Parts: sequence; structure tokens; C-alpha cells
Amino acid sequence: MRYLIIILFSVFSLSVSFAGGGGCGEESQGYDPTNTAYHHIGDANVYSIGPWNIPLPCMLYAPDEGFDMFSSGKFGIGHHGTGHYAYKGYVLYEGTVRRIVDRSFPKEKTEVECVYAKDVDGKEVIHVKYHGKDFVTHNKSTADFGMFGGGITSYYDFSITKNVVSMFLVFLFLSWMFLKIARMYKERVGKEPKGIQSFIEPIFVFIQDEVAKPFLGKHWERFTPYLMAIFFFILALNLFGQIPFFGGSNVTGNFAFTMVLAIIAFIVTTINGNKHYWEHIFWMPGVPAWIKVILTPVEVLGIFIKPFTLMLRLFANISAGHIVIISFVSLIFIFGNAGESLMGSIGGIIGSLPLTLFMMAIELVVALIQAFVFTILTASYIGAATEEHH
Amino acid sequence: MIFLADFSVIKPDIGLILWSTVFFLIFWGLIGKLAFRPIKDALKNRETDIKNALDSAEEARREVAAMKSENDELLKKAQEERIQVLREAKETAERVVREAKDKAKDEANGIIANASREIESQKQAALRDIKSQVGSMAVTIAENILKKELSGDQANADYVQRMVDDMNLN
Repeated sequence: MRYLIIILFSVFSLSVSFAGGGGCGEESQGYDPTNTAYHHIGDANVYSIGPWNIPLPCMLYAPDEGFDMFSSGKFGIGHHGTGHYAYKGYVLYEGTVRRIVDRSFPKEKTEVECVYAKDVDGKEVIHVKYHGKDFVTHNKSTADFGMFGGGITSYYDFSITKNVVSMFLVFLFLSWMFLKIARMYKERVGKEPKGIQSFIEPIFVFIQDEVAKPFLGKHWERFTPYLMAIFFFILALNLFGQIPFFGGSNVTGNFAFTMVLAIIAFIVTTINGNKHYWEHIFWMPGVPAWIKVILTPVEVLGIFIKPFTLMLRLFANISAGHIVIISFVSLIFIFGNAGESLMGSIGGIIGSLPLTLFMMAIELVVALIQAFVFTILTASYIGAATEEHH
Repeated sequence: MIFLADFSVIKPDIGLILWSTVFFLIFWGLIGKLAFRPIKDALKNRETDIKNALDSAEEARREVAAMKSENDELLKKAQEERIQVLREAKETAERVVREAKDKAKDEANGIIANASREIESQKQAALRDIKSQVGSMAVTIAENILKKELSGDQANADYVQRMVDDMNLN
């Protein structure tokens, strides 16, 4: 019965997290919705679709040992994306590659007893059990400078992860589609739009006429390709993450991705800022001097806060959407007592199904709104920077 | 709980930052240049074409309207002219007929007057002739009578002539 429900759950393309895992004897039975949700929205070195774990290329750089490249299949991906093997001193835990700190650990493919999380002074530290001995592992380096518990560690992970694969697929799809559409525009000059061209044209014209033209004035043509790139890339990735049974990757709900877009928006805004814009930031004309003293720091902070909010908004909205959907699906497992109770599961399904469907419908709207909001705000920042003196 | 969930999405992964940058910049650069810009230009050109077409249609419409009113004017003028011409022709015809009639009447009157005068003078001449012949006949008769009775008396002859003249033959 339990396996039946696990298979059912796998069809929903979500990985089930049962606390403990790895078979180290410390696991407590029961379903952990928080971890399931966090695991699902995170990036992974495995692409999981239903019951299949597709291995992805790992590209790891450790300053002391150099560059390593191999397939994550070397880890022997097991249940819930945790590997059974260590390879080149790396292990796979919950779909993420981790580096064993002790470099005397065998470099060849080595079967380990388990990879598991251990509570060390109230912090979760992932350990590898090998020949009855615990080895501490490092998480990969992250660019949060220790703010969110990450930071620079002993290695960097440049792997083609699930999110990178999603981005690549979306990139290929959008490129194919827009090149096709551009060719149709070239071939069908003076004719009505047809097929996919007539599907995209209203969206394109909407962004052009409602975002680019009102905010950028006479500069609209220069920034239209940039705004379109932002809008369609975000929109496609948002929607890609919403496709059921397709891994549900959460690219636009990842800080790394939104940070890149925000930094690019910041750079574009800053290098296009004219004299008028900088004058308004550093020495606002037409206000008393003592107000300028207060206003200038606020305006200078504003330069950074604007892209920061861009980054935060998109990340929070998309991640929240994913978490809510997983939470609703998790109801099945919470009511079903992690697959122990069939009647509970049926009750959970009855409760969960309409909520999940409703949320998925909402998320389709959110996908569009967030792509639009990111684009319109970027346009307004660039517009403020390029606005002529009036 | 031993398990502290790892909220990994908030920790920006350096690899993902790199790949996001790569993909977004390629997408922006490549598709922006090869698709978004041409599509934008195509839309702009089409908008301009449609605007021009509408403008020229409006222009043509205005021209046609102007032409039509011109035509109407011409037609009206032609009609007026026709009426004018017809009226004039009628007047001319009437005048010609009237003039001809008057002329004919005058000529006829002239001819009649001439004829009357001729007849009158002929009559006078004839009367004068008759008178003189009657006179001479009477004289002859009288002479003969008187010859017979008086053997030619001048006084009688004058008397007879006087009497003949007094006789009004008119």
C-alpha cells in the first residue's frame, strides 16, 4: 500500500522526503513536508521526472585539486536523489553534490554506507558514513557572503544542474520560436500574421506599447530587445516550472537567477543614466539644502534597492507558488500518515486535489504577472535614468 | 527534529549565477538581434505602412469627392448652358420667323401698293384715253351731225367737248 502511494506521488513528479534516509539507522519514520518542499524548489544535480532520475554532468572546481567533470550517475543515484557511492571525494545528498572535507578519502568510486544529515550544535551538517566512520562534507560555494548560511567553501559547483537544463531547454525553445517568427515577419511583409506569429504578436505588441513606449519615451526602440528578452525568458521559465510531470524546476524562484537579472538591470540602468538622472540622485534640484542632505543618501540607496526588490519579488513569488502547491499535495501524505493509512490518503486526495488545481491555475496567472512586473519595473528604472530634462 | 531543512534557493549558487548569466546574455544578444529587433522593425514598418495606406485612402477619397463635386458643377453648368442655348435658339428662330413674316408682309404691302398705284395710273391713263377718244368720237359724231346740220361749227364742237369733260366717268 505504501509503495502504491509512493508511485502515485512520483507521478506528480515530486520527490517524497521521509526524514532520515540513507539507511543509517537514525531515521525517524514519517513524512516531512517542509523538507519535501525545500528539496523540490531547490536546484539539483539530478533531473527527476516521476520515478526516473536522469543523471546530469557535474563540473566541479576545487582550488586545491583543480577541475573535475563526470556524470552524477557515478554516485549511483538512489531514493530521493541521495547517492550510494562517493566519487573523487564527492558525494550526492538530496540531489546536490557535496565535497568530503577529509581529502584522504578514496578518490575512486567507493560505495559508502550512507550519506545523512546530523545535528551538530543545532546545525544540519551532512555526513558520510564509510567503514563505520563519519566524514563531514562541505556544501558548494554560494554568493550570499554568509548571509543566508552559505558562503565560499572549499569548492565551486559549475555543474549542468536541473535548473541549467531547464534554462537550456527554454532557451532552445524560445530561440527556435522567435527565429521562426522573425523569419515569418521577413517572408510575410505586408501580410497578416499567421500561426504562432499571430499568437506572439499581441503579447509582443502589448509589452512594446504598454511597457516600452510609455516608460522609455523616444528611447523605446533601443531597449525593446532587452525588455522582450527579460519578459519572455522569465515568462517561459515560470511556465516551464508549472508543467506537471516535468520536474517542476524552479529557476525563476532561485536567488541566483533573479540576482543575475537584477544585476543586469542595475548595469543597464546605471550605464544609461544621463546627467539629469545623476543630478536628481546626488543633488536634487529645487529642494532646500538641508533636505538634500537627507535626500541624497536615500536616493543613493535607492539605486541599489530598486534592483534588489526586483530580485526579491520574482524569487519570492515563484518560490512561494511552488511551496504552496507542494504543501497542498503534501496533504495527501499528511492525512495518509506517510502512506500508512489508505483512507487518510483518500481523504487527503479529496481535500488536496481541488486546492492544488486551484493553486496551479493561480500560478499560471502569477507566472504572467511576475514576468510583466519585472519587465515594467525594469523599464521604469531605465526610463527614469534616460528621461530628458523637462 | 534532527532534520533541519535546507532552504537552498536563497543561497545563490555560483554555478547557477554563471549559467544564468551565460544563457540570458546569449538570449538577449542573439535573439534580441536576430528576432526581437527585426520583429520590432517589422511591426513598426507595418504600422507606418498601414498609416500611410489609410492616409492615402483618405486623400483619394477626398480627391474623388472633390472630383465628383467638380463634375456635378460641370454638369450643372452644361445643363444651364443647354437651357440657355435652347432658349436662345428658340428666340432666334422666333425672331427670324417674325422678321420674315414682317418682311413678307411689308413686301406684299409694297407690291399691293405699287399694283394699286399702277392700276390707278393705268386706269387714269385709260380714262384719259377713253375720254379723249370719246371726245373725238363725239366730235366726229357731232361734226358729222353738224356737218349734216351746220356744216362744221366750231362753237358747237367746243360745247360738245365741254360737255364731254364735265361728264364724270369715274
